[in-house]
Amino acid sequence: MIGIIDYGAGNIGNVERAFRYLNEEASVIDNGNEINNEISVLVLPGVGSFAAGMAGLEKGNLIKPIIEYIDSGKPFLGICLGLQLLFARSKESGLASGLGIFDGECLRFDSDKIRRVPQIGWNKIETMEESEVFNNLPDYYFYFVHSYFVPVITGLTVAKSDYGGQEFTAILNRDNIWAIQPHPEKSGRTGLKFLENLIGVIK
Amino acid sequence: MLTKRLIPCLDVKDGRVVKGEKFVDLKDQGDPVEMARDYNTSGADELVFLDITATKENRETIKNLAIEVSENLFIPFTVGGGIKSIADFKDLIQAGADKVAINSAAVRDPDLITRAAKEFGSQAVVVAIDGRKKASGDGWEVLISGGSVETGLDLVEWAQRAEKLGAGEILLTSMDADGTKDGYDLEQLKAVSDVIGIPLIASGGAGSPEDLYDALTEGEADAALAASIWHQDIHPIKECKRYLLDKGLPIRPVGESD
Repeated sequence: MIGIIDYGAGNIGNVERAFRYLNEEASVIDNGNEINNEISVLVLPGVGSFAAGMAGLEKGNLIKPIIEYIDSGKPFLGICLGLQLLFARSKESGLASGLGIFDGECLRFDSDKIRRVPQIGWNKIETMEESEVFNNLPDYYFYFVHSYFVPVITGLTVAKSDYGGQEFTAILNRDNIWAIQPHPEKSGRTGLKFLENLIGVIK
Repeated sequence: MLTKRLIPCLDVKDGRVVKGEKFVDLKDQGDPVEMARDYNTSGADELVFLDITATKENRETIKNLAIEVSENLFIPFTVGGGIKSIADFKDLIQAGADKVAINSAAVRDPDLITRAAKEFGSQAVVVAIDGRKKASGDGWEVLISGGSVETGLDLVEWAQRAEKLGAGEILLTSMDADGTKDGYDLEQLKAVSDVIGIPLIASGGAGSPEDLYDALTEGEADAALAASIWHQDIHPIKECKRYLLDKGLPIRPVGESD
């Protein structure tokens, strides 16, 4: 069963609907003790601020269970804020601490150089590694909504994108961990195909 | 590169999509759920549903519409019309809306922008502004309640303030141009674009693919919203996108199979 974490950060329903549309059994969980053996894929979605996201995870006693789940080697998918929270820190809200699965920090798009922040809309991703998750995508356009980003990290970033001249990580993967900055659940047929491929790869 | 968005706007009254000219003379355009489904496959980048009657009964209708639409629509959509409180935001977001547009309530209670942004994130808060050329000819005035009430607020100043209060996007409708198909108010768009750092959605006046091009270039809008030209298939989205791509704008192409 796919477990979707609800920690008060955004529209969990849309992620749930996308999996339902793909005929995948998914349930919403909001407490750490629900991350049990029945969960075969753990999904951390979310929008909003980094610090509020961590506070939400802490409130649901989710931080330790998520880290233990990831360490156990079972498949994990982070979406949007769920990608950023995997990192050690973010410039957002001072210098907030994240889950620390990966080193490095999330940076903000530079308003002095980029006219509109946040980035809102459809942007193209560029694949950096071959992967079955990119098989038969109708195109490479995904829907993004974010002010902060993770820089491109060699060996971790599998697809990148560019906003106003700033390159950043669009999709990352290491072992059992996948994460995507745009919203596949809001990226039309391309996003649904990506999720379908991903489930095929990690299950 | 981030693409420019084309956003069909579905004005909903009594469960039907309608469209008027300069906010009056409404004509039936079709069933909202069917239209949303069609737009989803024809290349729309987002959708906006506006409850233009904004009565209590209609709020239920538009909430149920959001529930129905979100079951099969996997592109972002915004719902607006008569939103007054955080509870209204919550209702619509739970129903599946990605963003909520506020107009009159933002003017009457500017703090609502801040409260909503704090609760749901700025990206979920679209401040819609209806503007009309001032009688003096110098700039534009903000009108509320479907264009029926003058506020005395200067449009450019209000847009700037809305951003500071926490708006994630500005949806700017020119009442002078709305429904005329004579083109967007480029001067108004540019004036607002110059002072804000969040995305700007142009609305009111689209009659041709050239009008969209002008709004997205000269008007500096990040997205162009329209109704009549797409609802009535005068210039389908696919045709508009091809035109804009040929002119060199970054646009998400419509798939060959669509």
